[in-house]
Amino acid sequence: MTDLSHTFSAAADKPLLQVKNLTKSYGARIGCADISFDVYPGEVLGIVGESGSGKSTLLSCLAGHMRPDQGEVIFETANGARDTVQMGEAERRRLARTDWAYVHQNPRDGLRMGVSAGGNVGERLMAIGARHYGGIRDKAIDWLGRVEIDAGRVDDRPSAFSGGMQQRLQIARNLVTAPRLVFMDEPTGGLDVSVQARLLDLLRGLVREMGLSAIIVTHDLAVVRLLADRLMVMKGGHVVEAGLTDQVLDDPQHEYTQLLVSSVLQV
Amino acid sequence: MINIENLCKSFTLHNQNAAVIPVMAGANLQVARGECVGLIGASGAGKSTLMRMVWGNYLAASGSIRVGKLDVVTASPRQIIALRRETLGYVSQFLRVVPRVPTLDVVAEPLLNLGVPADTARTRAAELLARLNIPQRLWDLSPTTFSGGEQQRVNIARGFAHPFPALLLDEPTASLDAANREVVLDLILEAKARGAAILGIFHDEGARDRVCDRLIDVRAFTPKAAA
Repeated sequence: MTDLSHTFSAAADKPLLQVKNLTKSYGARIGCADISFDVYPGEVLGIVGESGSGKSTLLSCLAGHMRPDQGEVIFETANGARDTVQMGEAERRRLARTDWAYVHQNPRDGLRMGVSAGGNVGERLMAIGARHYGGIRDKAIDWLGRVEIDAGRVDDRPSAFSGGMQQRLQIARNLVTAPRLVFMDEPTGGLDVSVQARLLDLLRGLVREMGLSAIIVTHDLAVVRLLADRLMVMKGGHVVEAGLTDQVLDDPQHEYTQLLVSSVLQV
Repeated sequence: MINIENLCKSFTLHNQNAAVIPVMAGANLQVARGECVGLIGASGAGKSTLMRMVWGNYLAASGSIRVGKLDVVTASPRQIIALRRETLGYVSQFLRVVPRVPTLDVVAEPLLNLGVPADTARTRAAELLARLNIPQRLWDLSPTTFSGGEQQRVNIARGFAHPFPALLLDEPTASLDAANREVVLDLILEAKARGAAILGIFHDEGARDRVCDRLIDVRAFTPKAAA
């Protein structure tokens, strides 16, 4: 047992992602400013803040959907650490299909609406070289089951799914290839609370078993408490507070975090 | 194993006229291996605050809290996460879990997080649940729907699943019947016997007398101005 935990610590000693002084402005308005942090293997980082605080801008810059004005996003690839901001488009796209995954707030942005549910999941497998049709279909059905979509719906198009089902399908599509880092923008936003819980459990299992790392942008403090190891609080494009999740939530130091935590309605 | 020196704490309430409330000053405390120390003092005296600072979810203003070799006051979040995974256990009064996860997995989780194989972890979880008289037919259900006493026993099982070298116990016997209280006291005595350092809050005086080697009144750590 001790031996195992040592191996675990050694593998986790090097950050998977290092973000340095990341800045993005929209003209004179600040999107996000001077953001620096590390994410280690197997770690879940939560980013919270009200709408307009810059959390989605930050996530887009990290994932390469938007070019930051300044700063570095250094990812530990199979061939060593690389600044993904300086990478060529082709190489970054390859990263986005293999080691990275991105779960959009609106599932329509992350799914191909004209392709069947099974096809949506299978497509990512084929993009990394899977060719055996039966194997791809079995794996797609397995993942639909994990996100609680009935196997009988495998040939239906996502346009025939409810919003919650579309979101679950998007998550299956992203995780089927076992990425190392997942970016999530309000992943549980449009879901029933019962499915939220199932997804939280699923994500925690993947983090534990596959050493998956995740950066999750949300405004749901209950979700980050159960899922995130560390938390960053954003306001006006800046990180105003960061630390261990339960410390930030139970003993917030910054004025804005105190307001945020005290504003949550108790169920 | 747990060594607290000159610990101070205050809360600054920015949204309530920036009121600064000093809650602790000059706290000193040691818990050796195999020893159980009980915190006493009236409600609001700072027992839970002290426990939370050791756990790391409350920040200290100054001083040091050593658990093993790590100073929790200056440690990084990653070091505290590793400490909680390997060294320091906490049985709080409330069960906080992902809904819909079966009780057996809730109890096995601390072991799974350490890389223990799933069947070994579940076997250990089953032993503890059986010992704490949680009926087997409930093991596949989420504990979120259980009674208060059942939830507390699930929490205790989870806290004792891994033999942590240091343990924090916040009223572990509070809502238990006599039989289950005995089981919990035995678990605490066994943990002491294997060398665990335990810091606890016990309002149950009988329980306190059975397991605690020493008592510390936290009122000694209350800042003078506020006393």
